[in-house]
Amino acid sequence: MLSSPYISEQSSVSVIMLKVMLALVPGIAAYVWYFGPAILVSLGVASIAALVFEAAAASMRGWPVGPVLLDGSALVTAWLLALSIPPIAPWWLTVVGIFFAIIVAKHLYGGLGNNIFNPAMVGYAVLIISFPVQMTHWPAPLALAGHHLNLLEAAQYIFGNHLPDGEKIDAISSATPLDTLRTQLHLHRSVADIEQMPIFGYFAGKGSETVALMFLLGGVYLWLTRIITWHIPLALLAALALIAGIFHLVDPQRYAGAWFHLVAGGTILGAFFIATDPISGATTPRGKLIFGAAIGLLIFLIREFGGYPDGVAFAVLLMNIAVPLIDAYTQPPVYGHKEVKK
Amino acid sequence: MTRPIYRFHGGVHPEEHKQVSTQFPIRQTPIPQRIFVPLRQHIGEPARACVAVGDYVRKGQIIAKADGYISVAAHAPTSGTVTAITLHPVPHPSGLSDPCIQIAPDGLDVWTERIAVDYRNTNISTLRNHLRDMGIAGLGGAAFPTFIKLNPGATQSVKTLLLNGGECEPWISCDDMTMRERAAEVLQGAAIMRCMLHAETVLVGIEDNKPEAVAAMQEATRQCEFPVEIIVVPTLYPSGGAKQMIKLVTGREVPSGGRSTDIGVATFNIGTAYAVHRAINHGEPLISRVVTITGNVGRPQNFDALIGTPVKELLALAGDGPDPVTGYLMGGPMMGIELAQADVPVVKATNCILVKSDRLFPPPPRALPCIRCTRCADACPAELQPQELYWHSRSKNFDKAQDYQLFDCIECGCCSYVCPSHIPLVQYYRYAKSEISAKEKEQQAADHARIRHESRLMRIEREQRERAEKLAKKAAVKTDAVPDDPGSVAKKAAIQAAIDRAKMQQADNATNSTPTE
Repeated sequence: MLSSPYISEQSSVSVIMLKVMLALVPGIAAYVWYFGPAILVSLGVASIAALVFEAAAASMRGWPVGPVLLDGSALVTAWLLALSIPPIAPWWLTVVGIFFAIIVAKHLYGGLGNNIFNPAMVGYAVLIISFPVQMTHWPAPLALAGHHLNLLEAAQYIFGNHLPDGEKIDAISSATPLDTLRTQLHLHRSVADIEQMPIFGYFAGKGSETVALMFLLGGVYLWLTRIITWHIPLALLAALALIAGIFHLVDPQRYAGAWFHLVAGGTILGAFFIATDPISGATTPRGKLIFGAAIGLLIFLIREFGGYPDGVAFAVLLMNIAVPLIDAYTQPPVYGHKEVKK
Repeated sequence: MTRPIYRFHGGVHPEEHKQVSTQFPIRQTPIPQRIFVPLRQHIGEPARACVAVGDYVRKGQIIAKADGYISVAAHAPTSGTVTAITLHPVPHPSGLSDPCIQIAPDGLDVWTERIAVDYRNTNISTLRNHLRDMGIAGLGGAAFPTFIKLNPGATQSVKTLLLNGGECEPWISCDDMTMRERAAEVLQGAAIMRCMLHAETVLVGIEDNKPEAVAAMQEATRQCEFPVEIIVVPTLYPSGGAKQMIKLVTGREVPSGGRSTDIGVATFNIGTAYAVHRAINHGEPLISRVVTITGNVGRPQNFDALIGTPVKELLALAGDGPDPVTGYLMGGPMMGIELAQADVPVVKATNCILVKSDRLFPPPPRALPCIRCTRCADACPAELQPQELYWHSRSKNFDKAQDYQLFDCIECGCCSYVCPSHIPLVQYYRYAKSEISAKEKEQQAADHARIRHESRLMRIEREQRERAEKLAKKAAVKTDAVPDDPGSVAKKAAIQAAIDRAKMQQADNATNSTPTE
């Protein structure tokens, strides 16, 4: 016989996951607008791959496949990974990333709720280490390329590596602002000088800064609907802005400013959608602040002193390791334990 | 003048469903066909029956006496004949039976002698004994003997008397209706408690979803001879929990493992105050209480029901509901217990009988894995980390669960209520708590056995040692005493003489008797 309580709120994991996906929609729309519909193809590939791997894992473990697929967590992982890698990357790259995310990072660790590491970021890490070349082919923003591949052309390129006649890959792809900054700094140009290049917009990359803004909008929606709390995003952004600002103040020739770091690369997506993954993140209020701030610092360190184009994935994965420790040492006081007993 | 409200952490706001049972005034119930008065209605030792089968009892007559310190008496709710003192199903989650005094009412409702007590001129200890003999236990749900709480002890002073008018569980409205209809009597009860505790401040905490009760109580304070503050607190479950109500009105927290009196607050349910008033000022023991009958019934309402009335008789008064009945709860949907059957009697802790249907209480969806979203932690009024408690309870890592203060959990159900994975969290905590308690008991038993075994070994060893010492002493006495003890020399000589005599006799016998053989 069931014991109390006998009522529950109308909420479910599926609804939470659905809201997370909904919150990603404005960013995806901006992505399509500035970089073309290729992202829709890669989102589709990632989604199907994720559902197939999830279903396979569930049936191999003897779990009911339907409810597992319906919880929506695989789709969220798929979308986050697809949004983290170049949309015009070959289909198999996405599938390999999803395999590591769903099968290795999620199900080999016990399935939903048991993964220590953020699955999407594990997928990303595998790809960036194993396929660095494919991971640098980003579509150029519309303002630079003048046009982009339509949905069919994008699909042909992603599945068959086939471009329309007369089209060259160099014409439609470009390095990201973070990459550009890194390579140009190696050529001893100053930050101010580099930021005059056409790929740069107001804060960071042309187009990509608007996409980031739309992700920020989605993040605020998640906060308003209480799916995430403010702790991790705010701590992450504040810590990143602080350390970037300090370095920029000390040596503005060598270090880009706080705004650039906040808007560039995967910062906003990472702060609101990736670092806030509850399963692999810290759970206590103080723990979330530490977790978020440490990720912010690590993002800066990896970007500036590491060898990878962006630092979000590794920063998140490194801090995932520290979560049990952070949670254990930041337990909030319990009712009745605060006043010193007389 | 207005007192600040101190919010407690967490809480949830389930749909209230209270107005359905407040449409009609409290209804007096007719005398039931049969009455079953359980001996164990309160926390502590069960009362001891002091009537025999066949005895005629009057209404209000004591039929079971308090046994031990934490215990209160039980009384005949109406006049009639004791027909049995035997096991009968009682409201308990186990669905098991417990000893009950069964009475066949004669329908005359003849009172025993009622003696009012002038509490202002009576010694407090006498008043406390009187309340115990009047069977007064907390009516908020825990049914803790009230007289014990009215003894703050020599070292602790209770400055604040807090009447808890917080009725936070959905559906229940018995306290609401009691305050609406019996506000003055509730305060008269408070006057007695205030006098017994020497309390300086009297507070009444009521949630803002009971404006009629607040108005009635405020009206009653105007007639009151001592200052009473009615404090309206926000409606947020579990604001009616004693710890939460204390936090709301005083800003202080009851120390973990302690009592509210540790911080100078004594808390009583408003229904208990009413019962104290009836007991002291009218000499009427606790033989009835207000019970909300609601949910899937024809006419949800509050009833003033005799203790011992079978629940099904009350349900018959409320009529059948529109939907098929899927079960009965005693208490509310957040913390109530499921009744195995409707045959059980109303007891002192019965605040509500909630009739379930699939429409009102749909079966919970399939539980999914915990995604550590910490909505439970946000909702927990004890400020625990339910997701960690769940993790450790589930993996039977009970030491860890205790590190996370499992025993500060008040089982209010907020965590389960908000869980998007629909995990029955509270069930895991109950399981862990009972496992830990069982282990502790086992450990105690093992310790006890070990101590007994060790002391037995020690005793045997000691006895052996003592015996050995005694023998050694004796031996020493023998050898030491021979040369210089004149008595023993004489003895020895006497023995020697006896032996010689015997030998001579033997020799004589041998020579004399042989021929006759």
